Amino acid sequence: MKSCLIVDDSKVIRMVAKKILQELSFETLEAADGRAALDACQQAMPDAVLLDWNMPVMNGIEFLRELRKLPGGGAPVVVFCTTENDIEHIQEAIEAGANEYIMKPFDSEILQTKFVQVGLLS
Amino acid sequence: MKPEDFDYLSKMLRDRSGLVLTKDKAYLLESRLMPVARKRGYKGLEDLVTQLRNRDETLANDVTEAMTTNESFFFRDVKPFDQFRQIVLPNLLKARATRKNFRIWCAAASSGQEPYTLAMILKEEAARLNGWRHDILGTDLSKEILSKAQRGIYSQFEVQRGLPIQMLVKYFKKADDMWEIDPAVRSMVQYKPWNLLQDLKPLGSFDVVFCRNVLIYFDQPTKTKVLNSIADLLADDGVLYLGGAETVLGISDRFKPIPGQRGVYAVQKPGYSGPSLGAAAG
Ligand SMILES: C[S@@+](CC[C@H](N)C(=O)[O-])C[C@H]1O[C@@H](n2cnc3c(N)ncnc32)[C@H](O)[C@@H]1O
Repeated sequence: MKSCLIVDDSKVIRMVAKKILQELSFETLEAADGRAALDACQQAMPDAVLLDWNMPVMNGIEFLRELRKLPGGGAPVVVFCTTENDIEHIQEAIEAGANEYIMKPFDSEILQTKFVQVGLLS
Repeated sequence: MKPEDFDYLSKMLRDRSGLVLTKDKAYLLESRLMPVARKRGYKGLEDLVTQLRNRDETLANDVTEAMTTNESFFFRDVKPFDQFRQIVLPNLLKARATRKNFRIWCAAASSGQEPYTLAMILKEEAARLNGWRHDILGTDLSKEILSKAQRGIYSQFEVQRGLPIQMLVKYFKKADDMWEIDPAVRSMVQYKPWNLLQDLKPLGSFDVVFCRNVLIYFDQPTKTKVLNSIADLLADDGVLYLGGAETVLGISDRFKPIPGQRGVYAVQKPGYSGPSLGAAAG
């Protein structure tokens, strides 16, 4: 079973994402900010990270840059999932090493097709 | 709805678009035709059917278009487009090396996601296509959906269903809340309204045909007829792509599945025994 770390400061979004991902047979973990997510990754690298941008303590892009510096941190497939929906943010995310990018609002269809594209699902 | 009205509508739709409407789908008539009826100031579908019986051609067209299902995504099902890029396109480049041209047809183009997916793939491969002429023709029964295709403007929801994010950044521009495709990609596709039940010959001949997620709506004899007419238009080594829930098996012997490649079929031409464009090298 593949694992996905859900990083979002909104409990509601984490719940929605968790429900969708579990239906897609992912084992899910949660973190409410980038710092907590980084700690979780240092414990055990997940296969995938679903990542919000704006969060307290450490935001999504800072987390991603830190993650990619960690030993083994290049492995997780990182999918941004944020309300930021302009080309500049998307480009910044790609440059920081994001594999895909979801603009909120999203639904299970979008999440699923994005996960197929990055090879997390067949 | 009165049974005779249902029967009238379902026969009309079958004749005009091939759509098979079973009784369990009757609710679709309500949801899709009430807006058409209201636009004309009718109280309900009864008035609409009365007017259709008076041979109102414009209304019959509107009703036929309103009953089509236009759902489409970029890179739908992913694999067929990987297959096109990795196998069919390189084969085309070899097989047409002297002529340096090829034609692709999207036979149910809907709002344009499928032909634009192919256009973006050709853009990605532009370095190898230097000096080549390639046409992508997109046809559909519905004029309204084709005008959306022609505009090439999509909602945030639409660009997220299947389009890899790098492709979005590369080939789209944000305009307010919508995403507009690069005019250079848009101009690679020609659109033309065309009904698959019509004579297809005037469209010319093709090397590759995408006819995805439209045969599912037809009855078996109609599927056979359409598949056989497509076979007539294909080059000897041409290939056909069908949707995930569609097949030629038991419907047309003018196509053969290509082993190991789901949804891709090699046309069978009398007297031709060379390789298909869909055949993997080696
Ligand atoms: C579900 S869409 C498929 C779009 C695209 N090929 C794909 O796979 O995503 C089906 C399209 O077939 C068109 N269609 C239905 N009957 C048709 C007919 N008889 N001739 C041409 N197009 C037809 C509809 O208007 C609709 O846009």
